[in-house]
Amino acid sequence: MTPTTANETMLIVTSLAYILSAMLFIFGLKMLSSPETARRGNLVSATGMFIAVIFTLIRAGLDFKWIAVGVAIGAAVGVLAALKVKMTGMPEMVALFNGGGGLASMLVGWSEFHAHPDQTVVFILVSVFLAVLIGGMTFTGSVVAWGKLSGNIPSRPILFPGQQIINGGLFVITLGVGVLFCGSFYPSISAVYVPTAVILSLVIGIVTVIPIGGADMPVVISLLNSYSGLAACAAGFAIGNNILIVAGGLVGASGLILTNIMCKAMNRSLTNVLFSGFGSHEAAGGAG
Amino acid sequence: MSFDMLFVFMLTVFLGFELISRVPSTLHTPLMSGANAISGITLIGAITAVNLSDTGGGFSHVLGILAVIFATINVVGGYVVTNRMLAMFRKKDGSR
Repeated sequence: MTPTTANETMLIVTSLAYILSAMLFIFGLKMLSSPETARRGNLVSATGMFIAVIFTLIRAGLDFKWIAVGVAIGAAVGVLAALKVKMTGMPEMVALFNGGGGLASMLVGWSEFHAHPDQTVVFILVSVFLAVLIGGMTFTGSVVAWGKLSGNIPSRPILFPGQQIINGGLFVITLGVGVLFCGSFYPSISAVYVPTAVILSLVIGIVTVIPIGGADMPVVISLLNSYSGLAACAAGFAIGNNILIVAGGLVGASGLILTNIMCKAMNRSLTNVLFSGFGSHEAAGGAG
Repeated sequence: MSFDMLFVFMLTVFLGFELISRVPSTLHTPLMSGANAISGITLIGAITAVNLSDTGGGFSHVLGILAVIFATINVVGGYVVTNRMLAMFRKKDGSR
């Protein structure tokens, strides 16, 4: 038998810690969906997160200083915001937190590509692109949702002529950039693709949420929460980390189910929520 | 290796679909908030990004540190605000 090095041992310990925290996330989510166990469920899930972070930090070892500074700033802002917000302002606070998660996934994808710009593995390129795209649109979409709920942006559906054509054009351009990037076409300009995807994703987040009315924002935030899970998942594929894939996939799937439940509680379909703004515009146009 | 990751992803998505079935409407927002805190798991990716980019040059390092800050806000704020919501919920329930 070959002796295992300290590094290999650490890898095994971290992997076991990730399995434990994945189990805690699953139990936590299950407990959160029932009134008797919800509060404990949140603590169980927080314990899972704590274990995952601690063991990742131990394994990271060397470059502790900047990570510690980042965590300290983030934790201070997070605690202050969560404790200071009024009860009625909680949904829009959740939207902002969710936007932070999306932005982080976008930055992870971007950072990963910038550290390895000569990457040609299609699977990783697709993952980086999806992490940037979904993460970016989650960020600006959540900020718009926050603005509509808090009254910083008019809560009525904001519509303008040619909006659907512009949105459609944006999606086509994004798809084109994605194909060029993921297929490693024109590698000499590969440095341009990711910043372009960043800008496109930020614009898409704004244009998809702005035509939706303020009263529908809770459903939109739930959907964006599902997106931020998927963005974390894509970041996990990009850096090859299972705990991101498991936790992100769980939130992506259960968030979609919750969105559906919330729509049903209002007797509406998700399509109706997302596109009703356009419908009302056309109806108004027809009447006038 | 990438197919192993896709396999794990597929199973997780099915589990996520089955995990949430009947949720009372009072729990919709806390459940959304609690799930949102879990999506802050991208903090693990951010820490890894800072660590790996150590040799890759300054810019990806800066991106990684920014990712750590925003992911931590998501995680810490998310869990604290969910706990506050559920504490309120329980008190209201007890007085009834």
